[in-house]
Amino acid sequence: MRKIKELIIEKTLMTSALITIAVTLGIILVLSIEAIQFFSEVSIFDFLTDTQWTPLFTEKHFGILPLLSGTLLTSFIAISVALPIGLTISIYLSEYAPKAFRKAVKPLLELLASIPTVVYGFFALVVVTPFLQGFFPDLAGFNSLSAGIVMGIMIIPYISSISEDALHAVPASLREASYGMGATKLQTAFKVIVPAASSGIIVSIILAISRAIGETMIVAIAAGQQPRLTLDPTVPVETITAYIVQVSLGDVQHGSLEYRTIFAAGITLFTFTFLLNTLSYRIRKKYQEKYE
Amino acid sequence: MNNIQKNRWKDQAFKFWGIFCTMIGLVLLTIFIGDILIDGIRRIDWDFITDLPSRKAENSGIYTALMGSIWILALTTIIAFPVGVAAGIYLEEYAKNNKLAGLLEINISNLAGVPSIIYGLLGLEVFVRIMNLGASVLAGSLTLSLLILPIVIVSTREAIKAVPQSIKDASFALGASKWQTIWHQILPASGGGILTGVILALSRAVGETAPLIVVGALAYVPFAPQSPMDEFSVMPIQIFNWISRPQAGFIENAAAAIIILLGITFIMNGIAVYFRNKWQKKWK
Repeated sequence: MRKIKELIIEKTLMTSALITIAVTLGIILVLSIEAIQFFSEVSIFDFLTDTQWTPLFTEKHFGILPLLSGTLLTSFIAISVALPIGLTISIYLSEYAPKAFRKAVKPLLELLASIPTVVYGFFALVVVTPFLQGFFPDLAGFNSLSAGIVMGIMIIPYISSISEDALHAVPASLREASYGMGATKLQTAFKVIVPAASSGIIVSIILAISRAIGETMIVAIAAGQQPRLTLDPTVPVETITAYIVQVSLGDVQHGSLEYRTIFAAGITLFTFTFLLNTLSYRIRKKYQEKYE
Repeated sequence: MNNIQKNRWKDQAFKFWGIFCTMIGLVLLTIFIGDILIDGIRRIDWDFITDLPSRKAENSGIYTALMGSIWILALTTIIAFPVGVAAGIYLEEYAKNNKLAGLLEINISNLAGVPSIIYGLLGLEVFVRIMNLGASVLAGSLTLSLLILPIVIVSTREAIKAVPQSIKDASFALGASKWQTIWHQILPASGGGILTGVILALSRAVGETAPLIVVGALAYVPFAPQSPMDEFSVMPIQIFNWISRPQAGFIENAAAAIIILLGITFIMNGIAVYFRNKWQKKWK
């Protein structure tokens, strides 16, 4: 009797765990089925090479490149902000800061990551853009610069927290050996600790990039809704995610080609983040083995 | 200046740069919150919380959105909490080191990195269309439950991992079965940690906008939802809607609603931290 009960419980728990597999399969199936139907009407060659994205206009073009360039441009700006600041914070907190300071600051920085992204969007549009317009009068009301900068601020804790954990995990003996040779803290940090923790730092950067590419509300609010193939950060652009939001807010008929565009855009986004996440998982596994 | 002095000087310079960078983050956080408080605090009164949305900024309130958020939060908790904790227990206590465990682990790590808007597309197709739930509170909650599932599972595992082996051994030595050990020993001992993770996951869910927009949550709902099958809006979508309007009055509304949303988020985070500290002390 007891054995049967134990078995039933184990199977119930297992079913719960298997739901996560079903979710992954569900995502892949849903995106693929809708995308396959999309590509039966639009050639995949046009999708990858056409430089215009105008599915909601009368003259339709289905080139993903403008959405992709918008996504990569905002993400690039975000990483340019978050990487130097996040990495410096992690090195400072791990190598220089007093213990009490580190303990107090880390959760405060992590608070930055817990703020809903719609709030950041508000900030980019209402505060940062007018502020930047004081320096660059040509800056459009919607632009990838403010959206990118604010997104960068949001992902600082992703980089600083994970990198700091990696730096902190470097054995103290390495640090002491370096000090014993007469190296300063700075020399020790950059020549010994950072190289030793490099895989953890790379993981944090990859995760931050993946987060930036998938970020939706900040760019939907502050970067605009004009897909264009450009690297100019001062003009309105549209990201993949912002396009999906734009279509979802409108009244698009289920089963229409317009409806399927969001799945074609979605599968492009999913492919990028999936590759990045898999890469970071591989690196993390390798790195765990190194220290255990 | 000789080499040693130069290196010491560089070391000091980096130290100040480090302090500066750390402070930037904190200063920006303060400016954000300060600015939003200035923009919105005067708008908050009892009417703002109890009024229905309106075309006029000064008559608009957040009642329907707030009720929508509470509905979503309640249903998401009911769905994600048992499933996530069960999956966490399975991974930590049953499926150690077999092939399935490896697959599940890679899979969950990957799901945690899937952009939230992709969950919206999944929910739109599966819950809204195939299961025919429409743009209902239930469809939204199911979508957000899948979104936070990886976070709940990972934190459950962490909490269970922290329970000392001696407690399990003692329980088994007294003749308890595996499930009795889990139910009577491991879960009570790791409850604080699990609760911390669940609250953090829910605080993320309450701020989510994009997946619910994709699922079809509305910016304007005349009434608060009465059942899980009703249409709904949530706080972040109401804020997004107000931000998108040009009139200054709506910006003030957005700032006021943000104050309330941030209040909810920070309180949830605070409770989570409280539980974490309380629970950590127990094992020291």
